[in-house]
Amino acid sequence: MIGIPKKYLLWFAHEHVDFRIAEIESICEMYDIKVTTILRPDEYPYWIIESDSEDAVKKIASRSISLRSCIELWGDGGSHEDLHRSLKEYPQGNMRLHLNNEKSFKVIVETFCKHFSQDEKIKKIESFSYLPIEGPVNLRNPDTALMYIEYYGLDPNTIPDKPYHLFFGRLVADGQRQLIRKLSLKTRNFIGNTSMDPQLSLIMANQAQVKNGDLILDPFVGSGSLLVAASQFGGYTLGTDIDYLMLHARTRPSRISQKTRGKDESIASNMKQYGTSSYYIDVLVTDFSLPVWRSDMRVDAIITDPPYGIREATERVGTIKRQPVIDQHQVASHIPSKIDYGLPQMFVDLLSFAANHLCINGRLVCWFPLFREHYADEQLPSHPCLQLIANSEQILSTYTSRRLLTYKKIRDPQDDDPIDDSNVLDFRVRYFGHGDETRKERRMKRAEQRAKNKENWEKNIKSKTAR
Amino acid sequence: MKLLTHNMLTSKCLKGVTVGYPLAIVAKDIKVSEVDFNSEFIARIIPKLDWATLWKAAESIGHVGELPQTLVEDFEENEDFLKKVHHILLEVEVINGDLLCPESGRKFPINDGIPNMLLNEDEV
Ligand SMILES: C[S@@+](CC[C@H](N)C(=O)[O-])C[C@H]1O[C@@H](n2cnc3c(N)ncnc32)[C@H](O)[C@@H]1O
Repeated sequence: MIGIPKKYLLWFAHEHVDFRIAEIESICEMYDIKVTTILRPDEYPYWIIESDSEDAVKKIASRSISLRSCIELWGDGGSHEDLHRSLKEYPQGNMRLHLNNEKSFKVIVETFCKHFSQDEKIKKIESFSYLPIEGPVNLRNPDTALMYIEYYGLDPNTIPDKPYHLFFGRLVADGQRQLIRKLSLKTRNFIGNTSMDPQLSLIMANQAQVKNGDLILDPFVGSGSLLVAASQFGGYTLGTDIDYLMLHARTRPSRISQKTRGKDESIASNMKQYGTSSYYIDVLVTDFSLPVWRSDMRVDAIITDPPYGIREATERVGTIKRQPVIDQHQVASHIPSKIDYGLPQMFVDLLSFAANHLCINGRLVCWFPLFREHYADEQLPSHPCLQLIANSEQILSTYTSRRLLTYKKIRDPQDDDPIDDSNVLDFRVRYFGHGDETRKERRMKRAEQRAKNKENWEKNIKSKTAR
Repeated sequence: MKLLTHNMLTSKCLKGVTVGYPLAIVAKDIKVSEVDFNSEFIARIIPKLDWATLWKAAESIGHVGELPQTLVEDFEENEDFLKKVHHILLEVEVINGDLLCPESGRKFPINDGIPNMLLNEDEV
């Protein structure tokens, strides 16, 4: 359906603002959609774009988690007068396609940052009486849903009398925010302490451009939240984790109200709950620092949230003993000892793994923890085969944040590629500080800090995910 | 563990093991369940498989059925064939058993469908 370009309003949820542009760009690239941006204020929950294809706009809406609705824009302005003037200038012929005596309709009124009663909203609708509305009202399932939006800014403490911007148009499609509710952790069969909230998990799947029939891997899979999200978009999912008890759902239950784990708790059971069992391949207990996959194994995307060493240990199998000996009779029941797996090394491993195992153009989408004060772009992990294409921040506390990094594999690794591990600062070293204290002092201080940080972190995560 | 995973898996993490492929399967329990057929996925995954390994693995656990020993040509359009591959890759699952390293004989247990590839600290 290629036609003359039309204006569309993208109306967003005011949440995870820093992730918006990256998400829409990622979706447009995935579907090879080109739109022209007319207006894209940094912080405001709306953009105006131009496109000659309604199908293209619908495709964006069919994937976007940040997007609430997409509207064919018939008029807008900075005052009521401007809005009505622009609406009256809109070609009647275009309106008539959707407004005539055969089309049932409804009008949705949305006010951003200011509350109005139902009666007040109906009054607002009456100001549009000059529109050629002839069909019957149908609130449930109208042929045409019209949308009127008044935008009162972002600051709930200084709400103006009159809206800053007003929009009117025809609803084309809603975004995918219903998936956030569908995948809620509150009703999910199996969750862990570090389960990623559904909204961010789904955004990650979009950053990874997960498509029907893609092979997706999460090497730090935990309770599998990222695989659940990827499977919603047709990704076939594989996961690995070092924690045997986690994959077998034998860790302490993560819900306070729950005393013991259910018998059928597992990542597989979550997939079943959401009707995506067919997209679940396997999870395996493995240590990421050691190779288990065939060297020519290729995946379409790697989506992961590596351990930061705050809520869970960053560790790998190993020992500092020079010649470890395990008695024969202990071998079967032996739980391997673990050594610290430094964050910088882990990211070097992760990027090099991605460079080796992604298809060309395949994406690595991962979280990277940061001490905000010390942030600099150059600090981010890098690899000659991977191009950083998006970097969105989620602030966790005054001092800390995590960034969602999206890399695209641009070429296969060569033997003489330089290994660059110098610029990744160990988050925890910075996080816990280090001075000239004795080792013992430092250890005690760290233990205290760790406990405090953990508490803050959890509080933060909770308030971040509760919304 | 599905045979798709088995096809990608090695034991090269073991000290002294260089290839570690393919792993032998000792299956104690096998489950066969129905999985939605997605011809696009199967057609895309076939070129990534080691066919001989898949066939041998299927045979060793008694599920080779009518799977041809060599990969057929022009499989993209051959729905009948794609369905057979779909079945062996995704519908047959080893629930309990062991994977064996072809070089060292080291056992990796599979419990409740989940292979445990972890090593002891003296093996890395
Ligand atoms: C932040 S959590 C991932 C949470 C996951 N996204 C979820 O939704 O539950 C990080 C995971 O990495 C695992 N892990 C830590 N060190 C590892 C290693 N060396 N190899 C593999 N997994 C490891 C931990 O057991 C933990 O489950």
